[in-house]
Amino acid sequence: MATETLTAVGTARGKSPRRRRRGIRRDETVAGWLFVAPVIVILGLFLLLPILMAFWVSLTDWNGQGSPFTSEVPFVGGHNYTQLFTEDGLARRDFMTSIRNNIYYVAIVVPAQTVLALGLALVVNNRMLKGKSFFRSAFYFPSVTSSVAISVVFLFLFANSGAVNALLAFLGIDGPEWFADSRGVLHLLLGTVGVDSPPAGLTGGGPFGLSWWDWLAGPSVAMMSIITLVVWTTSGTFMLMFLAGLQNVPVALDEASILDGASRWQRFRHVTLPLLKPTTFLVLTLGLIGSWQVFDQVYVMSQGDPAKTTLTPAYLSYRTAFRDFDYGSGAAISFVLFLIIIVFTLIQRRALAERDTDRPRRGWRRRRVPERS
Amino acid sequence: MAVLTDRPPAAAPARRDQRVARTLATRFLGYATLIFFGLVFLYPFVIQIGNALKTEPDAAANPLSPIPDPLTLAGFERIFAGTNFPLWLGNSLLVTVLVTIGRVFFDSLAGYALARLRFRGRSGLFAAVIAVLAVPGVVLLIPKFLVLNQLGIYNSYAGLVVPLLADAAGVFIMKQFFESIPLSVEEAARIDGASIFRTFWSVVLPMAKPALITLTILSFQGSWNEFPHSLVSVQDPDLFTLPRGLADLVSGSLGKGTQYPLKLGAALLATIPVAIIFVVFQRYFVRDANDGSDKG
Repeated sequence: MATETLTAVGTARGKSPRRRRRGIRRDETVAGWLFVAPVIVILGLFLLLPILMAFWVSLTDWNGQGSPFTSEVPFVGGHNYTQLFTEDGLARRDFMTSIRNNIYYVAIVVPAQTVLALGLALVVNNRMLKGKSFFRSAFYFPSVTSSVAISVVFLFLFANSGAVNALLAFLGIDGPEWFADSRGVLHLLLGTVGVDSPPAGLTGGGPFGLSWWDWLAGPSVAMMSIITLVVWTTSGTFMLMFLAGLQNVPVALDEASILDGASRWQRFRHVTLPLLKPTTFLVLTLGLIGSWQVFDQVYVMSQGDPAKTTLTPAYLSYRTAFRDFDYGSGAAISFVLFLIIIVFTLIQRRALAERDTDRPRRGWRRRRVPERS
Repeated sequence: MAVLTDRPPAAAPARRDQRVARTLATRFLGYATLIFFGLVFLYPFVIQIGNALKTEPDAAANPLSPIPDPLTLAGFERIFAGTNFPLWLGNSLLVTVLVTIGRVFFDSLAGYALARLRFRGRSGLFAAVIAVLAVPGVVLLIPKFLVLNQLGIYNSYAGLVVPLLADAAGVFIMKQFFESIPLSVEEAARIDGASIFRTFWSVVLPMAKPALITLTILSFQGSWNEFPHSLVSVQDPDLFTLPRGLADLVSGSLGKGTQYPLKLGAALLATIPVAIIFVVFQRYFVRDANDGSDKG
């Protein structure tokens, strides 16, 4: 709305200032480019150029010695990529294991942080409660702290003699050795119903060189502690987004539905949730984009261990390049990861763009909501 | 209201009691939830502070207890005597100050140009900024190393600082803010003959204080906590920043119960500056998160 009035004013008094401006246009061109020059140089030199360089390196077998741009570096074409998908070997097994781990990680982190964030926002938004701003800050605080420092704290919490196991012992549960336990959670669940070894149908080859049994392992116990940490740190940020979304729910609408005799659940289900749909979409896609990038926590807490069950593509690409000195392979993994993340980003931007062009209709629909419920 | 008067009067008091009871129940449940999650989100920090002040056997035996018995500063003494912590702290301060100054200055310059100056290529540049926002940081680890290596600034302060001196998100924030300032004031300055830079510097920037504070805080927090960049830009332990030093201190031990008071203490010291800024400038943090949702 604000922009509409601004442009209206602009066109109303349009002509004379524009003519005067034409005289200083050249100044503005020079100044404009000068003003953006530092940012262009820095982002170009340390973001765009490196991406191009890394793409070149991903087509070679550079080992970190000397410059990757000399003729001595062996050019291997797409080999670093095919190695990840079509050739049976350690590279593919590690890469697919990291993809599996990250899929389970995403499958738990994204829904968990979204539900927790929404729940916290609803409680903090409750008009009847006092001291909400304190709790809002408390929930948000972990999001602003250093991921490394927080990982150190969680290493202690999940240590063998740590706080989490002490708490579990208090409840009569013998906690696991969190960071040494590579058993998959789904395997553990199957174990409780007596399925300890893979059934015949699952030992065989699944896609991309991992057996079905391996694909279906679930996140390992060690991964669960990283998942807990991440849900705990990110929920606060998403809670704030939901809070902003909740402020768009008109109070009158809520009151109207109370008078109509709607139960709390009905109000949440048919009034609040539909109005929060755009925010929920944003939170879900930001979550998807973010959770494919998990790196710091893995580096500090587990380095991919135990038994590679906390290996993620981001960490694997780092390790392949900087520990195994196979920069070509590491760069190739980065680009595959880049592609995965960009797909989610494009989906998000597309949907948001459609939503923006939909704005007038949304206003109309919003008014219809009370009648429908 | 209309609904209420339609009801038979006899039913009203019973309904009201019911409603009061429900309100009380809601409140009780609400506070219970708040306190439960308050503990979930804050107790880890309480444990961290408590255990940083414990002896090692005490931390291993009573990890849940926030009260050190006996209370000792041995962990902190060893942080300063036995590790390179003071050096990391110095490096972190230097990097954070330089990066924050650079980002605030360069991002607002570019944000202003993209918001107000008319020049060929402006919309293309803005589209590029938006595109850059989508590039995920973790896929840049190897690329950044390559370029730093090629430019000969790998393993140097320049390598730590220069690549972080501008960021697309900051440019975006500043551009959005400058667009919300009324045009008339700068037009008056320009008509009075002030140069473009002068108008920007002495007329527009002072009006942009809230956005500048937001950007300062975000840059400070971002560069103070920055870990992956320091991982691929330096190797020399003398150039480690706090997160890098901290990661070095704990990695490899893989959760084994060694030296926890020391590690927790070091992590605590690394958290304090951001915690202070969070408490003082909280509303700017909150504003940023809300801007994120507006953007979307």
